[in-house]
Amino acid sequence: MLTYKKTLIVLALSLPGIVNADEFTKADLTQWENEFQTVVKQGRAAFTDPNLGSNGVVCAQCHPNAANTHPETYPKFQKQLGKVISLWEMVNWCLRNPLEGKPLAADDPKMTALVAYITSERKGVKLDAGKH
Amino acid sequence: MNNSRRDFLKQSGLLLAASTLPLSLVEIAFAKEEDNFSFAYISDAHIQQIKGTQFVRNWDRGLMRAVAEANLLDPKPDFVMFGGDLAQLGKPEEIDHGLEILSALNTKPRFVLGEHDFYLDMGEYWAKKVSEHHYSFDHKGVHFVVLNSILTYDDWNNKWSSPQERMAMMAGLDNPLGSPFMVGEAQRNWLKADLAKVDKKTPVVVFSHSPLQKIYKGWNFWTDDAEQVQALLKPFNKVTVIYGHVHQIQYNQIGNISFHSVMATAWPWPYPSTYAKAEQFLPKLTVEMNRADPFFERDATGWQLIDIATGNTAVHYQLAENKPRTVAFNPKTKRPEDSEYQQQRAVTQNHY
Ligand SMILES: [Fe+2]
Ligand SMILES: [Fe+2]
Repeated sequence: MLTYKKTLIVLALSLPGIVNADEFTKADLTQWENEFQTVVKQGRAAFTDPNLGSNGVVCAQCHPNAANTHPETYPKFQKQLGKVISLWEMVNWCLRNPLEGKPLAADDPKMTALVAYITSERKGVKLDAGKH
Repeated sequence: MNNSRRDFLKQSGLLLAASTLPLSLVEIAFAKEEDNFSFAYISDAHIQQIKGTQFVRNWDRGLMRAVAEANLLDPKPDFVMFGGDLAQLGKPEEIDHGLEILSALNTKPRFVLGEHDFYLDMGEYWAKKVSEHHYSFDHKGVHFVVLNSILTYDDWNNKWSSPQERMAMMAGLDNPLGSPFMVGEAQRNWLKADLAKVDKKTPVVVFSHSPLQKIYKGWNFWTDDAEQVQALLKPFNKVTVIYGHVHQIQYNQIGNISFHSVMATAWPWPYPSTYAKAEQFLPKLTVEMNRADPFFERDATGWQLIDIATGNTAVHYQLAENKPRTVAFNPKTKRPEDSEYQQQRAVTQNHY
C-alpha cells in the first residue's frame, strides 16, 4: 500500500500535464510512438538477421513482411505442441527448428522486438485469439 | 486415359515416393500419341552455405527428395529443367553443392537463372559452370525459350558498396531496397530475332524465373517489362510461360498465353493476399495451394512433371505432404484449370 502511494506521488511529480491527466499531450504521443517504432525497427532487424539462429536462415526468408505468422490468432491451441501457446512460444519454435538456434526468454528485449515487428505488420487486422 | 502413363513410377520402394506419386494424367483426346512428351521441372532449391562444407540441411533435403522422386519416373521424362535459385547467396560453393545434388539425376538438366544465382557476380560463375543465361532449343515440334528475367536497372546494380551487399539486398524478398526484375531491351531484341525464325503455328514454351506477368511488386512477383515480352509472344497460336520464384501454385491465361508457376523444393511462400497491407493481382483463376504447416518442413514444397500434348501444357504438382495436383489447359474454356478443384475454388484451408 505504501509503495503504491509512493508510486503515485512520483508519477504525479513527473507528469507535467497532471491537471488534464485524461488527455495525452502531442509530445507524449509522439514520444511513445517513436519508442514503439524504434523497437519495431529492432524487431525487423532481428527478423532479417542471419545471426539470430545458427544456420544463417532468417525469419523473413519464409515470412516476407511477417506474412503467415498470424499474431492476431494467439494465444491458440497448437496441436503439434499439444497446448495453448502465446506468440513468443511459436517464435521460439521457429528459432529452434528452421533457424537451428537457441530460444529466447519471453521477456528478452529481442523477443519483445520480434513480437512488436510481427504485430505491427498486421496492424488493423481484427483480434481473433484461438483461430486456425 | 492412357494406361501406359498411369504407372509412371517404378515400384522400387525408394522413399515414400512410390505411394505418394500415383500420377493420373489428363490426356487430351485429339493429341497424336507421338506428339506428346513430358519433362520434369525442379526449382528454387536455395542451397545455403553455413560455413565450409556445412549447408542448411532442410534445403539440401528438399532438393535431394525432388531428385530421387524425378529419377523414379517411368517412362523417363525427355528432359529435366531446373527453374532458378539453385543458390541462396550466389556463392560458388552453393552452386557447386547444388550441382552435386543434381548430378544424381538420371537425365541431365537444363537451367534457368534466378536472382539468388546472379547478384553476387552478375552471373559470371553461372555462365562458366552451369549454363548460358538465355537460349532456345527445339524438341518434338515445340520451340522452347529460356529467358533471364531477373535483370534490373544498372543504377541499382552499381549503387552498392560490395557484391555481397548487392546480393543480400536482392535476396530479401520483401526488402524495400530491392529493385524490380526485367528481361531488358537487349534480350527482348534477341527474343524477337529468335522467334522470327519460328512458324506461328509452332507451340512455344517460355521458361523464366520471375512471372512474365505482374502480380505483386512488393515481393518481386513481377517483371517490369512483362507487357513488352507478352507482345512478342502474341502472334503465336499456343504459348505457355512456366516460371519459378514465387514458391507457390499460380496459374493464369492472358490472351493466347497460359501461365504456370512451379513449386520450390526449399520452402513455400504465403500468397501476397495474406499481407494485410498489400494491393496485389493474383490471377482470380488460381485455386490456391494448401496453407503450409510449419511443423512438416517439406509441406507446401515439391516439384513438377509437365506434359505437352499437341502444344498444350499440363502441370502435375508433386507435393511432398499433400495430394498431387494437376493444372491443365482446358481446350473448351481455353485456359488452364485445376482438374479437381477448379469448381470448388478451395483446397482445404483458407489463407488469411
Ligand atoms: Fe526462390
Ligand atoms: Fe527467385
